[in-house]
Amino acid sequence: MESTSQAVEPAHSKLFMRPTWTTGFGSWLTTVDHKKIGILYMLSSFTFMGAASVEAFIMRLQLMRPGQQLVSPDVFNQLFTMHGVTMVFLAIMPLGIGFANYFVPLMIGARDLAFPRLNAFGYWVYALGGLMIYSSFFLGGAPDVGWVAYAPLTSLSNNPGFGVDFYVFGLFLSGVGTTVTAMNLIVTIVNMRAPGMTFMRMPVFPWLMLITSFMIIFAFPPLTIAFLELIVDRTFGSLFFVPAAGALPILWQHLFWIFGHPEVYIIIMPAFGMISEMIPTFSRKPLFGYPVMILASILIAFMGFAVWTHHMFTTGLGPVVNTAFSLTSFIIGIPTGVKIFNWLGTLWGGSIRFTVPLLYSLAFIVTFTLGGITGIMVAMPTFDAQVHDTYFVVAHFHYVMGGGALLTFLGALYYWFPKMTGRLLDERVGKIAWGFIVVGFHTIFFPQHIAGMMGMPRRIQTYPDGIGLEIWNFASSFGTFIMGVGMILVLGSVIYGLRRGPRAGNDPWDARTLEWATTSPPPYYNFKTQPVVNSLDAFWAWKHPESLNVDPIDPATAGKKYDAHGIHIPGQSWYPLLASAALIVGSYGLIYDNWILAIVSGFAFIFCIFGWAFEGVGGHHAQPELEGEAV
Amino acid sequence: MSADASAHAETPAGVGQGTITPSGWRSTKLPDVKLLMWVFLASDCMFFGSLIGTYLAYHDRSLTGPFPADVFDIPLTTVSSFVLLMSSLLMVLALHALRSDDIPKFRLWTLGVAAFGTIFLGFQVFEFVHFVNAGLSIHQNLFGTTFFILTGTHGIHVSVGVLWLLAILISSYKKPTSSKDAVYLEIAGLYWHFVDIVWIVIFTVVYLVEFV
Repeated sequence: MESTSQAVEPAHSKLFMRPTWTTGFGSWLTTVDHKKIGILYMLSSFTFMGAASVEAFIMRLQLMRPGQQLVSPDVFNQLFTMHGVTMVFLAIMPLGIGFANYFVPLMIGARDLAFPRLNAFGYWVYALGGLMIYSSFFLGGAPDVGWVAYAPLTSLSNNPGFGVDFYVFGLFLSGVGTTVTAMNLIVTIVNMRAPGMTFMRMPVFPWLMLITSFMIIFAFPPLTIAFLELIVDRTFGSLFFVPAAGALPILWQHLFWIFGHPEVYIIIMPAFGMISEMIPTFSRKPLFGYPVMILASILIAFMGFAVWTHHMFTTGLGPVVNTAFSLTSFIIGIPTGVKIFNWLGTLWGGSIRFTVPLLYSLAFIVTFTLGGITGIMVAMPTFDAQVHDTYFVVAHFHYVMGGGALLTFLGALYYWFPKMTGRLLDERVGKIAWGFIVVGFHTIFFPQHIAGMMGMPRRIQTYPDGIGLEIWNFASSFGTFIMGVGMILVLGSVIYGLRRGPRAGNDPWDARTLEWATTSPPPYYNFKTQPVVNSLDAFWAWKHPESLNVDPIDPATAGKKYDAHGIHIPGQSWYPLLASAALIVGSYGLIYDNWILAIVSGFAFIFCIFGWAFEGVGGHHAQPELEGEAV
Repeated sequence: MSADASAHAETPAGVGQGTITPSGWRSTKLPDVKLLMWVFLASDCMFFGSLIGTYLAYHDRSLTGPFPADVFDIPLTTVSSFVLLMSSLLMVLALHALRSDDIPKFRLWTLGVAAFGTIFLGFQVFEFVHFVNAGLSIHQNLFGTTFFILTGTHGIHVSVGVLWLLAILISSYKKPTSSKDAVYLEIAGLYWHFVDIVWIVIFTVVYLVEFV
């Protein structure tokens, strides 16, 4: 057993030399630094998002004109499945987690997550799991059952290829990664807030990540069980989803949506948090109704677990069930609406600076509200029966996920890029790109409402001429070009900004939270001295003592006495990467019925866990004074 | 309480409750690892909840036998449940001994917990073999599918607990161990008690209710 008081040991390990690279490829493979892992998350999610965008682009080309045969129905099935799987599990949700990884510790005045190696494991198992799903394209075909993979379409007899196996193993593992990272974030936020930062003095983004993490740890196990049951069905021949044996295929839908609806909020809640940081900064006002914002988010988290059946209104659960879940779905709209007024109230009377992050925030409010309104429409079982599985639903969830989460994340990229790299992105190109993206987005998805109302079903490869769908599909496909131009401008702007962007300084936006109190980019120990706070927005109060009724605390010097033991920097490790790799290799073994490979990988995994445990936290004490770093 | 919480307990004025630990400032008095275990157990509740929910949803839906009442042997499972519950008692004794720096007793009781866990697993293997001989398997009917996956998942949890306790036991011979390390035994204990509680639910819902 190791003791925390003995945690700071010399860097050695019996089996593997403890890596100590601070730069280069090896430093990224073995890193436990939350900032590096955050950047890895962001790079991976943006890469997966690029792949999903290419899939979407091919689908829109195929649907641009009626009766086209650009891709076969089989390929089309794989495209929409992989687009959904990628965007939900591998792009948007990990992007929120990536931002949280980088900024939650900085915003609460901590120096890392509570469990740095567990954090690395969460990242690697997500990234390798995602690559594993994508490897199916080269190994006999990607999954082709939709991102919801309803049983019994996924059974071995109905779907004998390997696609579903890659789907279920890959998402099983990346789900494990998401869950352990959420647990890590909960411990970090509860236990590592700066001295004086009570819960009601904590910025909104960490607050909403705390709530999101609780949703993740309760929502992912039902999905994990559904995946486990499907794996056992397909690999070992059990009967969970075999109707001929009396099984109820609707069990899959229940387990999936008990996860799936909270997942919608798991995706959007980090975006709510970012909006709640960006709008006050660029309105130069405190967030309007901070406690109400927090309470509304907690209410959404609770209610999010009580609405899942609204995805199943047409499965015949009966009028009582449909009415009950219709009511809960209406109720969850109330706290969500409250938030819209929080943001509008913050903007009201503020000294607004129309920077790119604020423009994305405004686009978010409009787009998300439109998605919310169509959400209330489909929460009515009678209306839902008309538009279920049509393009109306496609438009609805793209308005909330794309218009809600994606637009916000782009804004957050512009907001936090100076902190992560020390350089500013070009505002003028950013505004042009914003225009292309917002106009393109609405050109793609608004016509889909109408196509859906006219009865165009989702997940079809083509449609006939002469039933009135041509113009709406053409408009929708045309929009992808507009949005694509915007995305390429953002990409170019980021590449240019990394090399040539003007220096940002510590606090380019005159912002309110602690991450702006340290250098850009922050040193590996984040803060030279432990920050101390005595109010919400304490950093703002220090910069502008006249504006808030509190004694200002200099966040950079006040906390010397809390560093009594020095700044502990945990040691790097190979085990998170090796343990994840063992899980992935073992999954390939199970998929291809190669039992030796599976068993060897299982033992390798157990070996890694023991190595991990006995290696200990390790690390050293940072001494910023000796390194001559100015904060 | 654990090493890092008690040895360095210090509550500076004006900034609320908290602790300065070797790993930095902590805003509560709870050790990180203990908080992590509670969060994990909360998540594991949903994990077992979904499995038990599946079992109940498929109860009485099997088209062919053997059915639960044909194979369950309540006296046998009662004995194995009793063994598992007694292991929880030993777990409490082991933690108490370690907190009192009574290392020989800590080793004895920890070995006892692992041994009782292994006996429980032995009963489970015996039961599984008996059921398979009676014609029940995951391919046979929905009862077999749901029963083996539910109790098998629980068995894997018990096995992980046994391995964990043995690792703690072996490492106590390799490194000096004292009451300062009690938090690591405590979180293993939290896990162990949780797995026991899950078995109480399984024993009631799966076995006993069958004969009501």
